[in-house]
Amino acid sequence: MIPAMVVLVYLSLIVYIGIFAFRKGRSTGEDFFLASRSLGSSVFLLALFGTNMTAFAILGSSGLAYQRGIGVYGLMASASGLVIPLSLFFIGTRLWALGKKFGHMTQVQFFRDRWECSFIGTVIFALTAAMLVPYIIIGVMGGGHTLEALTTVMGPDGKPVLVEVVRNGQTLLATQHWVSFEAGGAAVALVVMSYVFFGGMRGTAWVNALQTAMFLCFGTIAFILISKNLGGFEQIIARLSADPKTATLLTRHKIPVEEFFSYTFIPLSAVMFPHMAIMCMTAKKVSAFKKTVIFYPICIMLIWLPCVYLGVLAADQFPGLQAGESDDVLLRLLTANTDAWLAGALGAAIMACVMATDSQILALGTMFTEDIFAHYGGKKRFGEKAQVWTGRAFVVLITAVAYFIGLRLQDKAGIFELAIRFAFSGFAALAPVMVAALFWKRSTKWGALAVTLWVAATMMGTWYLYESTLGIAPKPGQPLVPIFPELGNLFLRSPGNVLIYGYLPVMPMCLGSAVLMVIVSLLSRPPGRTTLEKYFPGAGVLSLAKSS
Amino acid sequence: MRNLCLLLLIAAVYVLHQDFWNWHQIEPLIFGFLPVGLAYHVGYSIVAALIMAVLVKFAWPAHLEKYERHESNGTKSEEETQP
Repeated sequence: MIPAMVVLVYLSLIVYIGIFAFRKGRSTGEDFFLASRSLGSSVFLLALFGTNMTAFAILGSSGLAYQRGIGVYGLMASASGLVIPLSLFFIGTRLWALGKKFGHMTQVQFFRDRWECSFIGTVIFALTAAMLVPYIIIGVMGGGHTLEALTTVMGPDGKPVLVEVVRNGQTLLATQHWVSFEAGGAAVALVVMSYVFFGGMRGTAWVNALQTAMFLCFGTIAFILISKNLGGFEQIIARLSADPKTATLLTRHKIPVEEFFSYTFIPLSAVMFPHMAIMCMTAKKVSAFKKTVIFYPICIMLIWLPCVYLGVLAADQFPGLQAGESDDVLLRLLTANTDAWLAGALGAAIMACVMATDSQILALGTMFTEDIFAHYGGKKRFGEKAQVWTGRAFVVLITAVAYFIGLRLQDKAGIFELAIRFAFSGFAALAPVMVAALFWKRSTKWGALAVTLWVAATMMGTWYLYESTLGIAPKPGQPLVPIFPELGNLFLRSPGNVLIYGYLPVMPMCLGSAVLMVIVSLLSRPPGRTTLEKYFPGAGVLSLAKSS
Repeated sequence: MRNLCLLLLIAAVYVLHQDFWNWHQIEPLIFGFLPVGLAYHVGYSIVAALIMAVLVKFAWPAHLEKYERHESNGTKSEEETQP
């Protein structure tokens, strides 16, 4: 019960932060959606990092490391540690400046103005919004599952109490929880909705900053305590390496070279994630990016190293977990190796990460009110106050919808997790649109439309291939299966993916996007001179050159 | 010339991510508990931070700092409009 109480205190605290932010705010759109572009460098760093750190980064990385070994760190963390700060350095700073200069709040506003288009902007909005929704559903579901796992009823022997339950006419043994999935999900949805509703971007940024600080702090303490409780890491590593079944977890034996390389494309998604792009516009000064880009790789290391390392060590303490079961190895390690108070504190921090869905909800609200409501005349007709309240209403609506979908499709979380995996590739493949808009004068709206359609088509194609080949998917450790034998190794099926010549689809998707952007832009008419002069006036906002 | 050097530096670090020589190695265990393949990538994260520090020092887009004086919505602040 103690972890649940600690989590409850934490949830109350962040609702208070939301209300405090509300009292500090003004009733303008820019204040609600962007905190009046006023974040200082420390809050900006922690909030930006917290925004990008989801349940997947924490629970997913440990679960994946349990299955595939230490290579998960190189696969996801170290590549992100280079590519994301580079994106923030080259792209984030320009987005910030454009927001300051022209008042843009979303990527689509910028694209519409930069390429003199309206409908194509709506198409980009539709695709990015569609790719963002699964994150919100998974966030709410993750909240329910985490709260349920943290409140498992334990017996005097320290093991979960099992009770008989009847499901679909069958009697099964199941664990008992103080807080059910439904109640946990509702609590998380309500809390997130409250502080986003009241606090807007200011509340969200403060909560994200607190979340990152908490996880860094309690994560380090838990890492040290788990190490002590297990008798030191050296002994576990010696045991794991002595057993041929687990020794491969200490190498990259289970990760093919092509997959490892393909993963370096995934972090390109960061610049196209609406919540990241919008967060870039909240800094008070461009110099806030200096600290952020330097410390970002270090923050990634401090969060991911314990998660991946402990995920691998869990193979020693909890051997034989299947893919779905291993997702909560971090929570299992915590419960088994730390006292209830620390487990509760770190549980609250994990809850906070799961609730990173806040910035996605706010981003979707911002996009809807700016790219649809305001763009199609709502702001002019009803005024700025109505725009803010539309944003707030949208926050309530999207959270409620996400909760009810999560509740209804509780056992089908895999569908949304899959959607997120495809969405990562989709956002990464949209990166050439942003790069072209910022740095290539000759780029056109038709190039952007071609890329958007290409990304939508390839995502649907990959999804179709994935679903239609479930029956022939090899088991882990078995060789890849050609999907169309007559095409050789062009399309391969791995246990969890469709591969193109052994590479993840994200790679051809990104390369295809870049090629399409160039070819279609060169074949179509560029924007007018006035627009080009607005965005490329000599050593202006989009200049790569340094000229102070 | 400086920009070219920085570009080559970034490209080199990007390529160094593919440490195929550590693929099947467990040892040496760094600090006695980190398999070499993991320790390499932890080091890589630190190098990434250093690279970013180098970029901030030598390639910072200082021309963007003038927009710090802009009030939101593209209007200039009082401070900027003063002579």
